Amino acid sequence: MDMKATSGKKLGLKEKYRHMTRGLDWEPSYQKKEDIYPYMAYEGIKIHDWDKWEDPFRLTMDSYWKYQAEKERKLYAIIDAYAQNNGHLNVTDARYLNAIKLFLTGISPLEYMAHRGFAHAGRAFPGAGPRVACLMQSLDEIRHAQTQIHALSNYNKHYNGFHDFSHMLQRVWYLSVPRSFFDDAVTAGPFEFMVAIGFSFEYVLTNLLFVPFVSGAAYNGDMGTMTFGFSAQSDEARHMTLGLEIIKFILEQDPDNVPIVQRWIDKWTWRGYRVLTLVGMMMDYMLPKRIMSWKEAWEVYFEQNGGALFKDLARYGIRPPKWLDQIAFDKDHISHQAWATFYQYGAASDFHTWSPTDDELDWLSKKYPDSFDKYYRPRLEHWREQAKQGKRFYNTTLPQLCQVCQIPMIFTEPGDPTKTCYREVDYLGEKFHFCSDGCKEIFENEPEKFKQAWLPVNQIYQGNCFPDGTDPTVEDFEPLAKVLEYYHVNFGRDNLDFEGSEDQKNFAAWRGMATTNE
Amino acid sequence: MQMDLRTVSIEPLRHTYSHIARRFGDKPASRYQEGTYDLQATVNFHYRPTWDPDHEIFDPARTRIKMADWYAFKDPRQFYYGAYTLARAKQQDAAEATLGFVETHGLVDTLDAALRERAARLLLPLRHVAWGSNLNNASVCAYGYGTAFTQAFIYQSMDQLAIAQNLTRVGLLLGGDEALDQAKDDWMNADAWQGLRRYVEDTFVLKDPYELFIAQDVALDGLLYPMVYEAIVGGVFASQGGTAIGLATQFMSEWFGETKRWADATVKTAASESADNTAQIEHWVTHWRDRAAAALRPVAQIAVAEGADELIAEQVEQFNARMAKAGITV
Repeated sequence: MDMKATSGKKLGLKEKYRHMTRGLDWEPSYQKKEDIYPYMAYEGIKIHDWDKWEDPFRLTMDSYWKYQAEKERKLYAIIDAYAQNNGHLNVTDARYLNAIKLFLTGISPLEYMAHRGFAHAGRAFPGAGPRVACLMQSLDEIRHAQTQIHALSNYNKHYNGFHDFSHMLQRVWYLSVPRSFFDDAVTAGPFEFMVAIGFSFEYVLTNLLFVPFVSGAAYNGDMGTMTFGFSAQSDEARHMTLGLEIIKFILEQDPDNVPIVQRWIDKWTWRGYRVLTLVGMMMDYMLPKRIMSWKEAWEVYFEQNGGALFKDLARYGIRPPKWLDQIAFDKDHISHQAWATFYQYGAASDFHTWSPTDDELDWLSKKYPDSFDKYYRPRLEHWREQAKQGKRFYNTTLPQLCQVCQIPMIFTEPGDPTKTCYREVDYLGEKFHFCSDGCKEIFENEPEKFKQAWLPVNQIYQGNCFPDGTDPTVEDFEPLAKVLEYYHVNFGRDNLDFEGSEDQKNFAAWRGMATTNE
Repeated sequence: MQMDLRTVSIEPLRHTYSHIARRFGDKPASRYQEGTYDLQATVNFHYRPTWDPDHEIFDPARTRIKMADWYAFKDPRQFYYGAYTLARAKQQDAAEATLGFVETHGLVDTLDAALRERAARLLLPLRHVAWGSNLNNASVCAYGYGTAFTQAFIYQSMDQLAIAQNLTRVGLLLGGDEALDQAKDDWMNADAWQGLRRYVEDTFVLKDPYELFIAQDVALDGLLYPMVYEAIVGGVFASQGGTAIGLATQFMSEWFGETKRWADATVKTAASESADNTAQIEHWVTHWRDRAAAALRPVAQIAVAEGADELIAEQVEQFNARMAKAGITV
């Protein structure tokens, strides 16, 4: 072997990086490729040349560790300082805490799911480039789950509703909305997973999820949440690039991939949009200091930014996702419909709801001139009046859920906000119910998958949501109490109205201790 | 004299999350605990994987190992992402300083040409072994059960990518990109490497995550790392004037010293759960150890013309003793 002296030619960065990834890979000969990578064919996606994949970052592990370690050091220093000086007492108003309860129970466990999902995708792809990118993202995602859990740990020590997020995600009725979204993605094939999470979620919709929460934190004095959000930003930038890279790669590989990818884009934009209902509600109702309305966020982050993206993808034969006209109509409505639902079901939730103040109602009137005063304000004022008279309204009849998005049937007909939208499909002698044409079509494309959905309301009625050993036939059986016990929701502490809650009282008392000499 | 700094003191309602308190009582919990326990979903899955309809998304039935509680596993390093990344950044810094020293002082050029060639022939094909391990550990992370078990495997997977990349840098130092091409050719075609390549490719099709852990991290790495980095690089090469090679590969030997503690704990916890687990693990360890030892024999011969058999026998003996401490008799 001819050995070069070390002072020989220097390799370029690109060349060096190639040795660090693709150069490591080889064509197996002792086992068949389809046995090593068994999930590559069944989705119908055709890849002819994995080497056409462009590695967007060329990040080697040594740089990754150094860069990330520096970020971790800073992040945990701030989290510690924030906890030590009772930073939680600096948030605008204790109602704000409910927004981050929603985050911890609805989103952090999904970061964990993303970690496992990207490990699966990285394992599944035979190409060295996508493998490294996916596994690095898998590593980032466990970071996000853990930094969120750690940052919010101090809130859990002082406030209710944070205490059992992982248990609740797997049981509580509304949490099946984000959970089934991710279960759907992870149970799909690896290519669909990448389009669902890598592209639709991380690239197209992330600004509508992450930005509202992190900006919401910044606007409301929550340095803990703000810090992990900002610290995750550069990871997110990498993930977004991966999402865009993968979709372009798939589309460039074979024209037959285009219709498959199009169906996934339609499906996952709609699925993602439905999950974002919760974020819309949070933005319009739960942040004491608002950033912008849901409607404005949709216009900026989807209609403008997304519009440019889909123009760019048109050259691959991709058109904008289906049902955008309905979404455009609904942006005046869904956040109000969602808040009304959580207000009514405030006894069955793990966070507090409340009646908006006059200022807040006026803000909503201003932001939603075409819908709020006409359809939603009178109902909120009526409920507020009722509550003042000691008759705070709690709905105890369980709602019907959509088979696909699992949101109660609260949405209205496209074009008619006074009429609830119902769709149904007969499949194998059973009737399935949907909130929209989008969810119905998603079901019709994959009925065998969606008929399996674990629908919380149906499960309650089937008796599957009581603690072990519960006898529902005893006299005076209180199903709601038993369901809450199964959820680990502490009645009177985690749930009900914010007004009169332990959170409200403690926050006021502690803030008093911290700011006066009483 | 002690300073008495004060902050407003508030009595918290609880000290940790409920799922942590159920396991350890309501007292302040570590970041490893809060970032690990019960994080993975276990019930009420919505759909079966289209890629594996016989199982749930996370399913303990993917392995033959049975645990009453998959959170009985504990990483002795208590690695959650932050702790892991900080530890690795520090190790990488140290390794880089050493590698930089080798580079700037031209220590590789002081090596005897034959030794340098032997070192390259031995070490550089191992980049591919590490790349294979990156895949296998990702597999265990994806298809294993319970965060206490699976979490360490994403770290292990990325460590192996780093090792493949470190070896690449060593390769560039020893012989430029031609040395890397030669090593790849050896890996694909040279007789000495075919047993090991077959071993690695055979592990790619293993479906049981715990067996894969045994085959990759316990048996193969358990023989390969001490043999290559301790016995050959640290022993044989060093005695022949090859200290520079030891400096350049410092990361790998330190890394193995640390990760084997985790591997041992992971074996011990599963084995001490039941006699069935012990028997199953003993079966796997024996099978994969024998295959790994056989595959490594021609590799050892690259470094030591004679005495490869003794070298392997010593490694197997040490390995058996290590396993015995973890409760595995092989």
